[in-house]
Order: sequence, then C-alpha cells, then structure tokens
Amino acid sequence: MPQTNLLSLIIFAPLAGALINWLVGRRVRNERFIGIVACGAVGVSTIIAFFLAFKSDGALRATQPVMDHLWTWVQVGGFRADFGLAMDRLSGIYALFITFVGFLIHVFATGYMHGDRGYYRFFAYLNLFMFAMLTLVLADNLLLMFVGWEGVGLCSYLLIGFYLDKEEAAPAAKKAFIANRVGDWGFVLGILLLFWLTSQAGAPSISFFDKAGVTSALATVGRMSFDEFTWHAIFAGGITSVAFLLFIGATGKSAQIPLFVWLPDAMAGPTPVSALIHAATMVTAGVYMVVRCSVIFTHAPTAMFTVAIIGAATALFAATIGLAQNDIKKVLAYSTISQLGYMFMACGVGAFVAAIFHVMTHAFFKAQLFLGSGSVIHGMHHEQDMRRMGGLRKYMPITWLTMCAGWLAICGIPIWSGFFSKDEILWKTWSGHIPGVPPGFNKALWFVGAVTALLTAIYMTRLMVMTFWGAERFRDQHVEHAPEGDHGHTTHKPHESPLSMTIPLIVLALLSTFGGLVGVPYALSSLTGGHPDNYFERTLQPVVSKLPGTAASESEAPAQLHWLSPPPQPIDGKPAVQPARGTNQGEPIPNPEEITQEQLFALISVLIALTGISIGWFMFKNQPLRQMPGLLENKYYVDEIYDAAVIQPILLISRDGLWKIFDLGVIDGVVHGLGRAVVNFGKQLRYMQIGFVRVYAAIILTGAIIIVGYFAYNGAHVLQFLTK
Amino acid sequence: MTPQLSWYLALSAVLFTIGVVGVLIKRNVISMFMCIELMLNAVNLTFVAFSSFFRDVSGQLFVFIVMTVAAAEAAVGLGIIIAIFRNRESLDVDDASILKL
Repeated sequence: MPQTNLLSLIIFAPLAGALINWLVGRRVRNERFIGIVACGAVGVSTIIAFFLAFKSDGALRATQPVMDHLWTWVQVGGFRADFGLAMDRLSGIYALFITFVGFLIHVFATGYMHGDRGYYRFFAYLNLFMFAMLTLVLADNLLLMFVGWEGVGLCSYLLIGFYLDKEEAAPAAKKAFIANRVGDWGFVLGILLLFWLTSQAGAPSISFFDKAGVTSALATVGRMSFDEFTWHAIFAGGITSVAFLLFIGATGKSAQIPLFVWLPDAMAGPTPVSALIHAATMVTAGVYMVVRCSVIFTHAPTAMFTVAIIGAATALFAATIGLAQNDIKKVLAYSTISQLGYMFMACGVGAFVAAIFHVMTHAFFKAQLFLGSGSVIHGMHHEQDMRRMGGLRKYMPITWLTMCAGWLAICGIPIWSGFFSKDEILWKTWSGHIPGVPPGFNKALWFVGAVTALLTAIYMTRLMVMTFWGAERFRDQHVEHAPEGDHGHTTHKPHESPLSMTIPLIVLALLSTFGGLVGVPYALSSLTGGHPDNYFERTLQPVVSKLPGTAASESEAPAQLHWLSPPPQPIDGKPAVQPARGTNQGEPIPNPEEITQEQLFALISVLIALTGISIGWFMFKNQPLRQMPGLLENKYYVDEIYDAAVIQPILLISRDGLWKIFDLGVIDGVVHGLGRAVVNFGKQLRYMQIGFVRVYAAIILTGAIIIVGYFAYNGAHVLQFLTK
Repeated sequence: MTPQLSWYLALSAVLFTIGVVGVLIKRNVISMFMCIELMLNAVNLTFVAFSSFFRDVSGQLFVFIVMTVAAAEAAVGLGIIIAIFRNRESLDVDDASILKL
C-alpha cells in the first residue's frame, strides 16, 4: 500500500503552527503575524489533504488506504500500537472537511477575535485542536485514535474556558471535561476488550488496517460470528460488549443522552470554537468512531438497537429543548445535539454512509450557522439574547443571506445540502432492518426522525425570524432578564462584519447550498435525468460494514470483510469500481417500486420541512417573544435532575464518606497510627539512651552474654575445637 | 607440678570478671578506665596462654595489636576524661549523663 510522509505533514503542520504561536506569538503579539501563522498552518494541511485524497492513486480513488508509518509506539508482547497514520476513504472525507471547514473558521476567527488579549493563545489552542482532531481521524489504530480523542477533549476544555473573565466559562469547561471522562472510560474499556477478543481469536491487534506484522482487528472481528439480539449480550464480554463500551465513548464525545449536558454549556467559549469544535468536527468524532468500527457494530445487533434508540431519543429530546431557548448559540447547540442524534440513528439502522454524509453536510451548514451567529454576536457587540435582536436583515445583509442558506439546508429544502443527507437518513431508517428487531421498530424510528425534522424546521425558523425579521428590539432595554445596562447596547447600532468574517460565511453558504449534490440518491437524480451515480455512497460503501440479513449483504459480507483486510488487488486508475459495482448490483436499484417509495419519502421530507418553516414563520413572525413552555425553556430540568441524582450524591459521598470517614478515618488513621506507634516504640527505646555510662556498659554486657550464651548453647564445635 | 592451660584461663576469667564488675559498679572514671584495661589484659593473657599451649605465634601477634589499640585508646580516653573533668569539676561518671559537654 502506498506510503507517504506527506500524510504526517497534515497533522504536524497545525502542531507547528500551535508551537510558533505559543512561543513566538506571545512575544510578538502581532495579530497579523499570529493570524497568518495559524491560517497558513491549517492551509498547508488542507492543500495536502486535498492532494492526497484526489491524486490519481489518492485515498478517495484507490482501494488501498494511504499509509504513513512513523514509528512503532508501543510493543509489548502481542500488543502493538504504532504511531502510524492512514487515510482511507472514510478518514479521507473526514480529513477533507475538517481541514477545509477548519481553515475557513480560522480565517473567520482572525476577524472575530480581533482585539482580544488572548489572541495568540486562542490561535495556539485552535491549531492544537486541529492537530489533535486530525490525529484522531487519521490514526491507524484505536490507541492513537484515543490520543487524538483526548487531545480534542483537552483543546475543547481549554477553548471553552478561553474567556478567563467569564463567570460561566470555567465551570462549563470543567463540565465538558468530566462528561467526556465518563465517556472515555467506556472507550478505553472497549479498546481493552477488543484487544482481548482479538487475542482470543489468535490475532491480537487494535489496528484498523492490515500492515506488516499486524492483522486488522476489524477484519478479525469480521470473521467472527454474529452476536444474538439479546440484552445479555451486553454484559457477555463479546462483540456486543465491545460495541457497547465504544458507544459509551461516543455518547460522551458526541453529546448523546445521557452525556449531552456539556455541549450547551460549552457555548461559553468563543463562537468560532463553537463552530469548529462543538458543531463541525469534534462532536462528530463519535460518529466517526462508530462508522470506523462499523464491523463491530454490525456484529452486535443489540448495540445497534441501542445506538438507534439513543440517537433517535437524543434527536427528539434536543429538538424540543431547542424550540424554547433564547440564546442564539444555545439554540444552535441543541440543534447540533439533535443532528448528532440523527447521525447515530442512521448508524443504528446500518446506514453508515448516510450518517457520514450527514456529518459532512452538517459540518457545512452548522459551521455556517454558528459563524453566522458569531457574526451577529459580533455585530451586536456581544449580545447573544435573541429577544434583544430583531430586524437585523437591514444592518447585516451578508450575514442574513448566508445564514438563510444554512437555515434552508438544516430545514431540508431540496437543493440545499441538508435535504439530501437528512432525507437519506430518514429513508434508510424506514427501509432498513436490524436483525432480530421487530420490523415496526424502524417505522417508529422514522416517525421520531420525521417529528424531529419538523421541530428542527420550526426552531430554526424561530431563530431566523427572531434575529433577522420583526421589530428592532435592540433599541429598547426593557427585556426581561436584561443584565445590568453597563454595556449601553442602545447607543450602538448593529453593523456588518469585516471581510475576514463574511468571506468564510459566503464560502460556507455555498457549500451548504451545493455540498449535498455529491450524494444525490439514485431515486432523485433519476428524476431529473442527471448522472445516476451517488458519488458519495459509491466512495464510502466499501469501507463500511453492512448489517447481516439485509438483501444486499448476504453475498457482500464476506467480500466486504475481505476488503477490510485488503487482498492483492490491482489499483486501477478508476475510482474503486470493483467494490462499488458489487454493492450497487447488490442493492435493489432496478426495483422501481422501492424507487417510487423513496421518491415519495423525499416528498414527505420536503412537506415536513415546509410545514415546519410555515409553522415557525406564522407563530413567531408577529410574536417573536411568545412565551415558550417552561419545561422546555428549562431544558426538562435535566441539569437539575443530574445535579440532584448524580452530582449531589457524589458530593455527599465524597464529603461525608470519602473525606470524613475514609480519608480522615482510614487514610489519616493509618498514617497517624503508624506515626504514633513509632513514637511510642521510640519512647520505650529512649530508656536505653539514658546517658549513664554504666547502663551502657550493662547493656553491652547483656548483649555479650547473650551472644556468648548462644554460642555456648549451640557451640558444640567450639568445645570440640578446645578439646582437640 | 607444671602449670596447666586451665590455670591461665581461670586467672584470665577472674581478671576479666573483676574488670566487668568494676566497670559496672565504679563511678570514678579513672577506675572504670583501669577496669577496661584490666579486661583487655585478661584477654591478652588468654591469647598468650593459648599461643604457648598450641605452639602458635599468632596469638602473641594479636596481643601486640591489642596492646597498640589499648595504648591509643588510653590516650584518647584520658583526653576525654580530662575534658570531662574540666567541664564538670568531677570525675564521677554519673555527672556526665546529659549526653553533651
């Protein structure tokens, strides 16, 4: 397989940028210098990523991943972890949108962070994040992936708490970190269990790919038999347990129930951070991990079932909360959680390609929306409450127009990217089937997804209407919960943002609009007589696993696994025709009935989106300050419930149990007891050192008598010596 | 009646015991010091007796070493005794019991 050291440059360029900004930038404190270093570093990554992905034998074209083995990191017995990078089709797509969207967000941030005292610090962290994220994505084994996983967690922590003078930032950063630790616990155990499983199978490995001396762990799992659909399997220590533990890791990083609580609070960080880390890239790492390990998940129907349920529940749950938030970034945060739920729902029903498609389009439109909101916040002089906005269309036309693109994309209006990915997820959810699960389950999931789509359209319309249409509420100060009027918002007029911010907005708006066209399903493209190929699906299909029992997988499954441990296949210049054709033939493309049905569902999706938009429009156009249900506004009191159910008991146990009983009693008891024992023993010994010389003489005499007595008692040989 | 080895050993044991008891019961530093010398010489007597009995010269060599050490020890010990006397105005060993001068 092709080896190239260019691959490592993708991850090390941002690292170099981070170091330069940290070491040099903090002394220079020249915004232009810092901005150029940061953007340049990511720009280098972007160019190399595109080159490696699209060159004639690049990652997206060849059947073999592009590898870069830097060094063997750990080698203990059968356990081997490399510092090795690999770009296959999946990580290639991830690397592409991470670097490109990341680059745009870096550019945006040079404008947004203008004048901040921590300018160099911000860009050093942001570059460090790019390094960690690209390590996560390009890692060729689970352990190195975990390094990136922790790295992005660290950078997320640093960047959420970036505003040192903001009261809520530090607790929010801590919350994100701790929630992620809970997930990491599952991830690490999953890695260990996977290693144990593969050792049992005779090929100990945690690698994703076959390499010299290493068998792919995924291929090993692929050769194992499928787990049964039963709840016991979760605790059985088999593939299902691995999948389940890995998914716990994913719920932490990707903010799913029950660990989603950190993401809304994470909005305390600067808006470009929210866009980059908490919408476009880091939070989709969980989806990436699940798709990367899709073989493990397809072998564990129970885990798939759980993933689908958690995903659907999160999607609906977060969407309802998003309806009632007033902070513009909080709405987008809940929207992100909801969309991530969508992705996991897709993973849960086996539509891994659709999930990744949605990850990509979501990266475009959600980054766009977040940056747009950042532009609004910037223009409004750091006002985030939508109740104090309104009518901004006039003042910020570019932001408004570009955000419209993001809005239509997330609502799912055709042509805009969100439509294709969301529609594909909904269709795959309806038509998919998890073996062992009642068939009605998928229909129920679809219904949840459809309701979520409706809610999504409503809350996004509410956001747009409250921000850009209606009365200009930023003039009057008498909005409830108004903070102390020390900022004097009324005297400032909102203004359009500088070019460094609007250009990324425009590019992302274009991507949100047209980015979905790479994955138009056959059922829709055939309507217009367009190219009948679904590029996206065709590219990704070979690297994800299929659910057993679906029509296409019966013949595909063995070949599929075979591909994961690549056979000596000639690399033809054309993009992966062989495996793609195979899957296409397996799929019921010629079945006109299904196509009609898919078209019908696309129509339903559009209708849902339009209904949602019109509901949002008519509800909030004239009454933007309409009182929302308290339950939703207070986020179902989840934070309060967690506080009462988890945090307070932990505090209580820690304080009264661990501290006052265990620490003071046992730990201190042992330590102090040991000390007292030594002191008392010493007190007894002290009488030996009384100071009277004759006592010493007596002690010496006693000792001598004891020694002589010992020899006299045992010393027959001494007597023999004397009598000889 | 030729002298037996046991006679020497018995004398040596008596001398040694007198030395031990003297160290334990005497308070005068000089007396204690002399008792220590007495013990050393009791041991010397044993060495010499054995040396003569076994026709082996190494016992006598040991005696020389012990005498050398005893001489050095006497010099140091008398020095310490004089130092104590200057500080305490007394040669009673129980007056020098605070573990410092």
